[in-house]
Amino acid sequence: MKQLNAIFEGLGSAILLTTRAFATLPSAPRIIKRVVEQVFYGGYGSLPIISILSFFIGAVLALQSGISLQNFGAKQLIGTLVGESLVRELGPVMVAILLAGRVGSATTAELASMKVYQEVDALVTMNIPPERFLVLPRLLAVLLYMPVLTIIAIVIGWLGGAVICNYVTFIGVEPAQYFQSMKQFLTTHKMVDGLVKSEIFGFCVILIACNTGLRTRGGPREIGHAVTRAVVFALITILVLDYFITKAQA
Amino acid sequence: MKKTIIQERSGGDRKPVGVEVIGLSKSFGSQSVLREINLSIHPGEIFVIMGPSGSGKSVLLRQMAGLDLPSAGSIQIDGHDPANPDTRDRFALALVFQAGALFNSLSVYDNLALYPLEHRLCPKNEIRERVLRALKILSLENAAKKFPSELSGGMKKRVAIARALVMEPQLLLYDEPTSELDPVMSATITEIIATLKNEFKVTSVVVSHDRDLALTIADRVAILMRGKLLFVGTPAELRKATDPAITDFLNPQIDLKKPRYLQLEAS
Repeated sequence: MKQLNAIFEGLGSAILLTTRAFATLPSAPRIIKRVVEQVFYGGYGSLPIISILSFFIGAVLALQSGISLQNFGAKQLIGTLVGESLVRELGPVMVAILLAGRVGSATTAELASMKVYQEVDALVTMNIPPERFLVLPRLLAVLLYMPVLTIIAIVIGWLGGAVICNYVTFIGVEPAQYFQSMKQFLTTHKMVDGLVKSEIFGFCVILIACNTGLRTRGGPREIGHAVTRAVVFALITILVLDYFITKAQA
Repeated sequence: MKKTIIQERSGGDRKPVGVEVIGLSKSFGSQSVLREINLSIHPGEIFVIMGPSGSGKSVLLRQMAGLDLPSAGSIQIDGHDPANPDTRDRFALALVFQAGALFNSLSVYDNLALYPLEHRLCPKNEIRERVLRALKILSLENAAKKFPSELSGGMKKRVAIARALVMEPQLLLYDEPTSELDPVMSATITEIIATLKNEFKVTSVVVSHDRDLALTIADRVAILMRGKLLFVGTPAELRKATDPAITDFLNPQIDLKKPRYLQLEAS
């Protein structure tokens, strides 16, 4: 019962935080610099790890599907499988999980420490709404960089699959054939579905991170607990939302 | 003469504000921290709130800053609720936190420039002027580029005061400004508080258990014990107070034969 209460309390405060943050949207021009900083940190800073990870996910996906599809003589469909899986599922989910681990945890730690050491109170007394100063730039930034990161992750994942198809001898699918089969079934609609997913996941991850950080009370130990809580809750949210969004998009 | 931010904003002369605390009570769960506090702080005075640790001084100050809401009663700053952002904006209410609460990711200069920049009060060159002036008043010219983590405790307190000064407040609240400082730095901060009151005509509310600070610079002193107001008066009246709780707080006797902690345990 206590945990259920905590979940509803968290949900309520997240909704309130979003409302308050977007209520300060008219003053967005004065936070442009901070939005750019967040795009640089969250987006550009995440590129290397996302590139490495998505390359190998695409590669492993091609390898696994190559082994399975070979038995059915359907190797030419590897491109379709890798392409669709990355666009509709793995791309958005993987990027969101990485975001939760890299940006979400850092955001919670920063905001929780600001809360514990009264920096948030200082902002309030200076009449600078923390929602505008700390939350809105992060939410706007994630909406900007999340689709870009997802597209990059998808394309690099495709390339990873293509490399495996070309260089693993028992698969032996030409890159041209691999991309041809991918093109055959991929539509703009599926691409948009994937990007919508990634936007929702990204927004939720950062919102959970900010909300958990700003609700932290106590000392340094609570900062650590807040980070753990935020990351775990973000991961659960991503997977639960993934099911419902996929169902709605089907 | 150049107008201050407050004058420009209010369109009138800068005036210190008064604070009225009316029947204020605050509880956290079943624990009552403040009980029926009634206070009137006059415009332009230095009002020191003293009391032992845990007596509710900082809680009272947070209520005045509008950071917490009272369980009962109210606080009014010139007739306005401090929890309302419009009131904070109107009177540029400033709070100097006990630990400074400086923004660790910003340099000292950026900490000071944040308020006028965020509120777009004046052009950047004027903000720079204002920040440098505040740094000079607090003898912090060489610390402008430093980050809070590179400062000593005393410097952090001075930066926190400088940050409040840049806001050109009409009500300046200090939470334990001399705690954890050596006697010389305590005296420096005490002098700064008195100077700011005289030069900037600001109403100052100081929460402290520093007896020297209270008796030297306060216009009036209040003694808070266990959430109740025991005394309000001038330092001269406080010196003459006969209430044993007050005299014991101001001049505690160390008796190694009858240690205080044993008496506390017994009671």
